[in-house]
Amino acid sequence: MDLDLTSAEEAFRAEARAWLAAHVPAEPLPSLETAEGFAAHRAWERLLYDGGWSVVSWPRALGGREASLTEWLLFEEEYYAAGAPGRVSQNGINLLAPTLFAHGTEDQLARVLPAMASGETIWAQAWSEPEAGSDLASLRARAERTDRGGGGWLLSGQKTWSSRAAFADRAFGLFRTDPEAERHRGLSYLMFPLDAEGVTVRPIGRLDGKPAFAQIFLDRVFVPDADVIGEAQAGWRAAMSTAGNERGLTLRSPGRFTAAAARLRDLWRQYADPADTARAGQVADVWIKARAYQLAGYAAASAPGDPKAAIPSSMNKLFWSELDIELHDTALDLLGPGTAEITEGLEESAWLDGWTFAQAGPVYAGTNEIQRDIVAERVLGLPRGR
Amino acid sequence: MRLLPDQDQTAYARTVRGILTDASPPQAARAWAAGDHAQGRALWRSLAATGLPALAVPEASGGLGWYPAALAAAFVEIGHAGAPGPLVETVALAAALPGTPSWSEDLLTGDLLATVADPAARGYAVDAHAADAAYVLTHRTGASPARGGGAPGPGSWAPAAGARPAALCVAAPCGAPLPSLDPTRHLTLCTPGEAVPGDTGRLRALATLLTAAQLLGAGQALLAGSVEYAGARHQFGRAIGSFQAVKHQLADAAVALEFAAPLLRGAALAVRGDAAADPRDLPAAKAACTGAAHRAARTALRVHGAVGYTDEYDLTLLLRKVHALRTAWGTEAACRAAVLADGPLPD
Repeated sequence: MDLDLTSAEEAFRAEARAWLAAHVPAEPLPSLETAEGFAAHRAWERLLYDGGWSVVSWPRALGGREASLTEWLLFEEEYYAAGAPGRVSQNGINLLAPTLFAHGTEDQLARVLPAMASGETIWAQAWSEPEAGSDLASLRARAERTDRGGGGWLLSGQKTWSSRAAFADRAFGLFRTDPEAERHRGLSYLMFPLDAEGVTVRPIGRLDGKPAFAQIFLDRVFVPDADVIGEAQAGWRAAMSTAGNERGLTLRSPGRFTAAAARLRDLWRQYADPADTARAGQVADVWIKARAYQLAGYAAASAPGDPKAAIPSSMNKLFWSELDIELHDTALDLLGPGTAEITEGLEESAWLDGWTFAQAGPVYAGTNEIQRDIVAERVLGLPRGR
Repeated sequence: MRLLPDQDQTAYARTVRGILTDASPPQAARAWAAGDHAQGRALWRSLAATGLPALAVPEASGGLGWYPAALAAAFVEIGHAGAPGPLVETVALAAALPGTPSWSEDLLTGDLLATVADPAARGYAVDAHAADAAYVLTHRTGASPARGGGAPGPGSWAPAAGARPAALCVAAPCGAPLPSLDPTRHLTLCTPGEAVPGDTGRLRALATLLTAAQLLGAGQALLAGSVEYAGARHQFGRAIGSFQAVKHQLADAAVALEFAAPLLRGAALAVRGDAAADPRDLPAAKAACTGAAHRAARTALRVHGAVGYTDEYDLTLLLRKVHALRTAWGTEAACRAAVLADGPLPD
């Protein structure tokens, strides 16, 4: 057992660090939940891609570096430690791409992935519906068969809480293609353009008013067969086979939290009342949890693919989402009255932006209540039931 | 990089588990609590026969070397089983006093049990009445330890210049053994007598690591026992483990234990003196294992209902041990302070 890096891993990390030091913008980009900020973040994705850093774990032919899980963890640590911008293309890279690698055709990989890697196409996710949240399999948006355009589907219905959809180019989601089939049978996994005829996107403001997500109304939107992922009617299985990515290490990498915990410690040094040991304890506790998540990642990278090495994704999701809230609560407590409630215009406002984002953590990617059910039933083996 | 136990370590932990299971630890613990130490000592001799204390003793002194990770894995099993006696203290003293000729041989065979009072424990030594030797570790005074600077390794636990080092002293008991909430433990107030040469940094580091390991094991056993009970106990015509209110408590306890485990491995590497390890992982692991075990203990009490509040139910031996170990060799507050101070030791 050891934490030693190979010389290749050290070199990889040094190269990433040097590139980030030379390229990360000195001033933070405007919020990616605004039109201006979205465009700035898209340009940043292009810069990352040109440097070969946008999708480090992908094959070289698609713009990646074939980085190992360990190297990916190191890159993420460097990325967030450098204070680099949030990844506007995250939905595509972390949710859609793994599904395509597992179930996509050669044609789909070639058409979708390079444009995703360069930021030319930014993807939104379209899972939830007004009546289908935690109970995703009850979704109603449908796709009807059509002979148009050499064969395809016509999408109708409504999706909601769709992250990035206010400004994104395309979206992916599940649609009911067999109305006779029960629940999670008869669903297909489809990709569709957000600027097509029949699509209406209505942005929804989150707590701070920024349009971080949107409703999508669909009225007979055409999708060719070439944009169905995996077998038609087998979309649920394709979606679930990579759902762990959203809850696991890949969406919220440990590097994000170790960097934030280090910044929290700096904030504590700057703002803390030395007599306030309770606050110091919270700061330490955040550091400890971020470090635990980092080491759990190293354990998973020790034997990639070995389920005994990796912590189940539902446990991961519970851990990082609650850590994120604890971290930002502590930061706002340190900032104190006035500063803690100002959403823009101060350097410290980034903490409140992070806090607002953290509030969504226990809700998206399957609520924490559902994750606790999954842990209890599938990890601990408790009897099913509510 | 590999933060998973290797085959040897897994096999060793399995051996330790087998010995513990065969020895029926709850029975040994109850006998120990009643003042009959024979079964507990026999169990420790069987564990020592696997070379357990020798994993903390240099080869020059008849040991096997310095293997904190294997020791931590063994103490997770000891914590899981709830084996009685000052086992952490005995092994930590073995690490601190190698080559003390009068007793090192007996220490390696398991014939000898020794105890030492944590400097924060105000002179209370655990199981001094049952041990063959007792010591008191006095507080270090002066400047806090320097991090980095020197070469990593056991030497980095040494106090900074200007500080008066902690001293290991022979204990002079000055009172009757007092009962702990953990019935297997008794605490005797001791005063420090003659100072003896010993590596106090190693002692504290290993005692903290192994106490954290014991807590993690006890927490895992409390969770497993609670899951089993929740699946068997029926109310309102259903297993209580099918109710979300019960499930969610158990899931939260499981998550806390799951994420404490990698910290414990990181801490073992720090205690081993690895250059790539972070010395803060030791206090971090003690705090995390304490928090996770404490949560598992509280959850176990709630899930078991009144049964979990009884003396006679064996699982409550672990519940009470967690309470006792929570403050032993580094309170959560001291560990958090050490993390922020970049100090490896919970002072």
